[in-house]
Amino acid sequence: MAFLSTSKTRAERYDAVVIGSGAAGGMAAYVLAKAGAKVLMLEAGRNYDPGSETPMFQSQADAPLRGVSTPEKPNGFYDATIGGWTVPGEPYVVQNDGASWAEGTVQNRLKTGQNFMWWRARMLGGRTNHYGRVHLRMGPRDFKPRSTDGLGFDWPISYEDVAPWYDKVDEFTGLYGSVENLPNDPDSPHFQPPPTPRAYELLLQRGGKKLGIPVIASRMAILTKPLPGRAPCFYATPCGRGCSIKANFQSTTVLIPPAIETGNLDIITDAMAREVTIDAQGRATGVHFIDKQTGKEEHVAARAVILGASACESGRILLNSRSARFPQGLGNGSGHLGRWLTDSTGSNLGGQIPALENMPLHNEDGTSSMHLYAPFSEAQARTAKAMGAPRGYYMAWGGGRQMPNMSTATPAQIGEFYGAKLKAEARRYFGTFIDLHARGEMIPNERSFMELDPERKDRWGIPVPRFHFEWSDHEVAQVAHMQKTFVEMIEAAGGKPHNPPPADARKVMTAGGSVNHEIGVTRMSARAEDGVTDSFGKLWDCPNVLVADGGVFVSNPYKNPTNTILALAWRQAEHLLSEMKRGTLAAPA
Amino acid sequence: MNASLPTVSVPRSLSRREAIQQILAVTALASTLNLRGFAAELNPPGIGFDPNLLKKEIPWPRLLTDAEKRTVTALCDLIIPADEFGPAASAVGVPDFIDEWVSAPYEQQVKDRAIIRTGIVWLEREAQTRFGKGFADSAGAQQSEILEAIVTEGTDARKQGRAFFKLMRDRVAGGYYTTREGWAAIGYTGNVPLVDFPGPPPEALAHAGLA
Repeated sequence: MAFLSTSKTRAERYDAVVIGSGAAGGMAAYVLAKAGAKVLMLEAGRNYDPGSETPMFQSQADAPLRGVSTPEKPNGFYDATIGGWTVPGEPYVVQNDGASWAEGTVQNRLKTGQNFMWWRARMLGGRTNHYGRVHLRMGPRDFKPRSTDGLGFDWPISYEDVAPWYDKVDEFTGLYGSVENLPNDPDSPHFQPPPTPRAYELLLQRGGKKLGIPVIASRMAILTKPLPGRAPCFYATPCGRGCSIKANFQSTTVLIPPAIETGNLDIITDAMAREVTIDAQGRATGVHFIDKQTGKEEHVAARAVILGASACESGRILLNSRSARFPQGLGNGSGHLGRWLTDSTGSNLGGQIPALENMPLHNEDGTSSMHLYAPFSEAQARTAKAMGAPRGYYMAWGGGRQMPNMSTATPAQIGEFYGAKLKAEARRYFGTFIDLHARGEMIPNERSFMELDPERKDRWGIPVPRFHFEWSDHEVAQVAHMQKTFVEMIEAAGGKPHNPPPADARKVMTAGGSVNHEIGVTRMSARAEDGVTDSFGKLWDCPNVLVADGGVFVSNPYKNPTNTILALAWRQAEHLLSEMKRGTLAAPA
Repeated sequence: MNASLPTVSVPRSLSRREAIQQILAVTALASTLNLRGFAAELNPPGIGFDPNLLKKEIPWPRLLTDAEKRTVTALCDLIIPADEFGPAASAVGVPDFIDEWVSAPYEQQVKDRAIIRTGIVWLEREAQTRFGKGFADSAGAQQSEILEAIVTEGTDARKQGRAFFKLMRDRVAGGYYTTREGWAAIGYTGNVPLVDFPGPPPEALAHAGLA
C-alpha cells in the first residue's frame, strides 16, 4: 500500500524523503524508486486521482456559475487546482502599493497593487495537474546570460550538461513540436508531430512573416501519438482540467503511478512539512511535518531529504530549519537563501479578425492550447534592445472557436443588440476574437526576495513567508516592446487590436508571481559563497539535503520552467543514486 | 525536536467533505489565523476550495422572488428568443441560472444582484407608467418598446436603464451560449473526441483568404 497513514512511518527509515509531488518531487520519487531506493513522499494536500476526478467533456453549464472564476477557484471551477492565490489557514505576506505588510489575497493580476501573488496547489501532483504544458528548453545563452550581455548571473552548468536530461524527459513525458534549428531554442529529438494550426493561427503566421517574426509549432507536453499506457490527445476538453486519458503530462498520471508500482514509494498526503532536522554533525536526519488530519507533529527519518515543494515553499522550509548550527536557516551560510526571486513577465492584448466573421462552421478545439507560437526572433531582439529591454519573450495566443464561456457573446464589438439581431451577431463574431500574450525573462535583482514574516504563522504554527518584489526598468521596457509587437502582429494578421500600445507599460504588466514561474530563491552556484546549492542542487552547507524544484534556477528565461525542473530533477536523482552507491552521502545513524 | 513522537492513528474513513469540515473546525479554533476574508466567503456558503468537479452543487439559496423571476424570464426571452438557430433562453433554464448567479455570495455576483434588482424595479415602474401593467404582463410589442428606448441614444430610458440592461444581456447571453443548445446557436461544434485534428476545412481556409 503506497498511501500511508502517518503512524506507519515510524517503523521505517527511508533512503530519501521527498517533499512535494509535482514536477520536482514526482520526478525525484520516480527515478529513485525505479532504482530501488526506498522513498517517502510528503504532500501537503490531499490525494488526487485524475482518472476519476477530471471533468472531461463537461460544459460550462454543468458547473456552478457557468464555471467562472471565484475566490475559491480563481482559474475557474474546472481548473485542476485545489488551492490558488489563497489557501485557507495558510497566509503569506505581501506589500500593497509599496505600503505596509498585509496578507496576500485573491487579486486580478493585471490590476492589483499587490507586489506578489503566490499560487499554491494542495493536492497530489501539485501544479502539474493544471499547468500550461509548455515544454521549452532553455538554450545555450539562457544558461550564460552574464557572459552574453553582462547582466544577471551565469549558471554553473551549461546547455550541454542538461541536454541529455532534456532528451530523457522529452522521451518520457512526450511532447509535440517541430525541428527548427534556432540558435537559442533547442529542438528535441523526440518531438511528436504537432497538430494542424487553426485558421487564426495561420493568419498570425502569415502576419509574422511580414514582420520577420517566425511563427512555428508550439512545444507542448501533450501526446499526438500514443506512449505506453497513455492515449494520444483526442482534441477535446481543456488541458487545464487535467486529463483522465493521460494524454498530457501530469505527475499524477505519468510519474507517480509507475513509482508506486515499484513497491519502493510510500506517500503521505495532508502532510505539511515544517523543517528539515539536523544531527550534531550538521547532517540532515529527516523531516518534521504536521499531519493535517490530526494537527499532530510527526517526524520521518531518511538518509537524504529532497525538497520539491515549489521554489518558495522549499525556501520557506529551509528558512524555518533553524538550529544552533544554522541560525539563519539551513543552507543559508552564504546569505543567499531567499534571494534572487524572479517570475516571468507577462502581458496580453486582444483583437478581432474580420476575415473570420461568418466562418463556415468547423471544430477548432485542437489540443486546447496554442498549436503555433512565436519564439523571440533576432528582429525583435534588435528593436527590444533599442527600447532598453535586454532580454526576450515568446508570444503565444488563445482564441478562435473555443467552447463558449460567459464572455463569448459579450465583447463590445457585438454591439448592444438583443433578440434575433443579437443571435445573428453572436454567430457572426464567434471565433473571430484572439488574445495574444507573452512570457518574458526577468533579470534577478536585489529588491526581489522572500524572507520569513517576523510574526505571522499559519494554522499549523509554521512561520509564513513574506515577499519583496520589484520589476526593474528592463522588464518594463520589455513589456512595452511586447505590447508594440502585439499590435503589429494583430494588424499584420488582418485584425484590429482592442487597444493601442499603452503609454505606461507598468499598467498592463502582470503582478510578480502571478505567472506562476516564481523561482530562484535557492540558486545553484559554482562556489559556496555565491549560492545555496551546488550544480546538482545539494546544499553547500548540508549535502544530504537537495533542492529539486525551480528554486535552484540562476536565470528565468522565457522558457516555462517545468521542463527544466524535470530535467534537473532527473539529473540530480541519478547523481544522488551514484553517491548513495559510493557511500559518500551522509547517512544518519 | 525530532525525538520520538507518540504514535497517532489516523482515521481514514473520512469522506473528503468530512475531512474539510474537520479542518475548518480546527481552523476556527486557531488563534494565530486571520479568518476575516475566509469567513466572508463561507457565509452564506460558497463553492468551497475543493468542490466535486463532476457534480453541480449550488450551496447557496436562490434569492429572487417569484415576481422578480417572472420579469427575468420575460427579459431572457426578449434577449434570446427562439429562432432557426435554437430555442429561447427560458427553454434552456437561463432564468434559473440568473437566479443562481445573482444569489451567489461572491463580490461580482453581489454587485450584479444589486444592479439587477434595482433594474427590475425600474423596469416594472416604466411598464406601469407606460402601459398600466407590469413588464411581464405587457404585450411583446410593449416590452420591446421599452428595450428599444433603452438602447436608443439620447433617451431618458437609456440613461436610467442602460447599465442594467447591458448587464442583464451579458449574463443572459453567457448563460445561454454555455448550454449545448447555445453551442449550436452560436456555431460551436467542438467538445467531441477526434482521432485526428484535421484543422480548418478547405471552405474555411478559402473564407479566411488562406487558400
